[in-house]
Amino acid sequence: MALATFWFIVTAALWTGFFVLEGFDLGVGMLHTFVARDEAGRRAAINTIGPLWDGNEVWLIVAAAAMFAAFPAWYATMFSSFYPALILLLVGLIVRGVSFEFRGKVDSVRWIRTWDTLLTVGSLLVPLLIGIALGNLLHGVPIDQSQEFTGDFGDLFSAYSVFTGITLVLLCLLHGATFITLKTTGAVQEHALWLARRIAPITVLAVLVFQPWTHSVAGGGVLPDVLELVAMLAVLAAGWLLAGRHEGWAFVATTVVIATTVMSFFADLYPRLMVSSTNPAFDLTVHNSASGNYALKVMSIVAIVFFPLVLAYQGWTYHVFRLRVSAEQFDVPRSPSS
Amino acid sequence: MSQLDLARLQFAMTSIYHFLFVPVTIGLGFLTALLQTGWHRSGRAELLQLTRFFGTLLVINIAVGVVTGLVQEFQFGMDWSAYSRTVGDVFGAPLAMEGLAAFFLESTFLGLWLFGWDRLPPRVHLATIWLVAVGGALSAAFIMAANSWMQHPVGYTIDPSTGRPQLNDVWKLFTNPVFLRGYLHVILASLVTGSVVMLAVSAWQLRKGSSPLAFHAAARLALVVLVPVILAAMLVGSELGVTEGKYQPMKIAGAEAQWDTCQPCSFSLFQISGGKNDMTPTQIIAIPHLLSLLATNHWNGKVLGLNAVQAQYEQQYGPGNYIPNIFIQYWSMRVMAYLAVVVLLVGLWGLWLLWRKRLSGARWFHRVAVWAGVLPFLMNTAGWLLTENGRQPWIVQGLQLTRNGVSPSVSTATVATSLVVFLLLYAALAAVAFVLLTRYARKELSPPPAEDTPIPALTY
Ligand code: HDD
Ligand code: HEM
Ligand code: HEM
Repeated sequence: MALATFWFIVTAALWTGFFVLEGFDLGVGMLHTFVARDEAGRRAAINTIGPLWDGNEVWLIVAAAAMFAAFPAWYATMFSSFYPALILLLVGLIVRGVSFEFRGKVDSVRWIRTWDTLLTVGSLLVPLLIGIALGNLLHGVPIDQSQEFTGDFGDLFSAYSVFTGITLVLLCLLHGATFITLKTTGAVQEHALWLARRIAPITVLAVLVFQPWTHSVAGGGVLPDVLELVAMLAVLAAGWLLAGRHEGWAFVATTVVIATTVMSFFADLYPRLMVSSTNPAFDLTVHNSASGNYALKVMSIVAIVFFPLVLAYQGWTYHVFRLRVSAEQFDVPRSPSS
Repeated sequence: MSQLDLARLQFAMTSIYHFLFVPVTIGLGFLTALLQTGWHRSGRAELLQLTRFFGTLLVINIAVGVVTGLVQEFQFGMDWSAYSRTVGDVFGAPLAMEGLAAFFLESTFLGLWLFGWDRLPPRVHLATIWLVAVGGALSAAFIMAANSWMQHPVGYTIDPSTGRPQLNDVWKLFTNPVFLRGYLHVILASLVTGSVVMLAVSAWQLRKGSSPLAFHAAARLALVVLVPVILAAMLVGSELGVTEGKYQPMKIAGAEAQWDTCQPCSFSLFQISGGKNDMTPTQIIAIPHLLSLLATNHWNGKVLGLNAVQAQYEQQYGPGNYIPNIFIQYWSMRVMAYLAVVVLLVGLWGLWLLWRKRLSGARWFHRVAVWAGVLPFLMNTAGWLLTENGRQPWIVQGLQLTRNGVSPSVSTATVATSLVVFLLLYAALAAVAFVLLTRYARKELSPPPAEDTPIPALTY
């Protein structure tokens, strides 16, 4: 049982890592056309995440694989219940993923505009749909005794789950705008800062509503716990730091908001994995859905060996690409092979 | 069509699609790393140009490989939830390890390689492309271990309270004989794919006459890798046949449409009919003893016929039809093997031209080599059809039937809709990827960067 709880924590950590890292990639994807009118500026914005986004997206892959391996029933019930939403999510992930690579490969305005649109829409769909899916885990959907979903498409859209999606979209927008401010210069940076300051108040509002709502959906009353309180304070701090133009600290603050929001969500969920709105006795929990002890032990060893390694080389990557990106770098015509 | 048929169709389509790109990633990854190593050692400018040229093709290809891999990972839960629920304890572990040990490595170092040209010291930058290649080969290892477990389950016990398999020896997953040979075969097949693609592109460029020096070097590298690698692939492939004959006799009997047990058994080059209603097919050209040799490694080996295995399985697992689609089995085996011979001949022809120093001007060879670029994709698809169709009706051999693995709560209409969505999306993606790849494969080499200026990064 202790190992199952450990793997719940690992899964929560993977989701947290995904939203902290891919969060700003998604934000940049949604905002890249809004921070610059010209092609050089847009390329500057995209290239802030160029070397990073693919490695960040692997956090999602590993999060899903960890659920599969440690809690097969969770993975099976969740993915088959949310089927139509996940198709849409996959479409978003696919068009977004290829647009980075494809948009600059043909020198035509229409071509580039098309991929810009797909990048924007894809980047919006991803946090929205994952948010709705996660919200549903806590809010509950109809699940029967044999852990099978008995509802229909409409059951996936409760007010709470949709609000979870919206909150995550806003968090990614704020995180991404702050990231662009931190990583670019000149006009792009100014636009991004301007946008970040406009996005901040709405995001503050969303987070201030989301935290107590989550706590009460989880059955803990509206008084937030410590993590939720930290999230609420950090989002206020982010707004304040942006107003004062401390983009570095503001980025730390948005990181803290996202991390504590995701972590507190999973803390509220524990020990449940997926709530059944049919009958609490049918809830999927850490206890009734985990893999055997041996499998968990093997994976724990693998995780303990590889996690530090991954963190080390991803950290090093961030160090290598620590410099700001400026639009002037992209004013020259593309070299033929890139 | 039922939900089961649609789910199978969707899985087959998306897997085959994913595996059009995967072997190019693995094969071309290693070849690009070799090119860059050559440049690093010799300083020859054309090797740098080639590295960046083929590197660009590689990343376009990887972009599609990565996004289609995501679909694969989600589909187990979406379409095959009963399967996932049952086998996650065993099957999930290699999948999770794949992400942690391989995908992180590949995608992080790909970013470093692309954007690091002007940031990293040359040696470190060279190491990044090697790590990309190693990451690709590693991901194949974990997924093949998972897939081999479905062909020949090992290292588990059945949990008496749930009736589900539980992992009890992870080492067995990675020493599974099906895995060891299958993985080697896949890596060799990927190198075949990569080198044939490099050969095809170089031949096209040589025919056009642009940068003859550089593309002669690329064609040479491709040929020197291709010939030994395809010989090895064929050798390992026939070993794999023996292994499969032992653990999945139905698969190999099906591949030869062998209804009755035989000893010794001949191999038919072509045959007419031999399906369910006609168990005595007309073998057009039969080579005596060859099937015995292929399936058992013995001149007079005995190969169990489909009827015999069927009877045995009915005793073991209860009444039912345990025979896969014989048409697919028979022809996928032959497409793979015959085309392997064709590719081998093209490779030998090229080597001969190289030896006679006539590669640059050999118009006919250039023409043929360009078209040979299609063949590895056919062989790979055929190989997987042989593997996966031959396992039917099981989703995990002997443990779970495919029809019991499908998601109970998902409706036929939902799967049908998603199948249509994926068909449209994948068709569009294929069109774009094809246009981009051919466009970039036909470009002239970009001029080498001037001495003493930093080499620009390959930005977006
Ligand atoms: C370009 C690639 C290529 C080439 C030249 C060959 N194959 Fe292959 N083959 C594959 C590409 C491939 C593959 C796509 O990679 C498969 C699918 C699954 C696997 O493990 O490898 C495969 C599977 C596969 C299987 C089924 C394995 C299973 O069921 O698990 C057998 C028996 C063979 N091959 C046998 C051969 C023989 C006898 C060949 C030579 C004449 C040969 N292959 C050449
Ligand atoms: C480790 C990787 C793989 C796993 C775990 C896997 C698993 C499965 C599963 C669950 C199914 C659906 C049930 C069925 O109809 O058998 C299936 C079918 C199929 N897969 Fe795979 N597969 C893998 C790799 C691949 C690849 C790479 C290809 C092709 C390139 C492929 C080709 C197919 C085909 C053609 C079918 C349909 C077989 C039929 O319906 O007769 N598979 N496989
Ligand atoms: C059906 C089971 C499969 C699943 C669930 C799966 C999953 C995935 C995922 C999630 C990715 C994206 C990784 C990233 O973002 O970096 C990916 C890419 C990749 N997969 Fe698969 N895959 C399957 C079959 C296979 C097979 C059979 C092989 C090789 C034998 C393979 C080799 C690769 C490689 C080399 C990549 C790197 C990117 C590329 O394709 O260019 N996969 N796969």
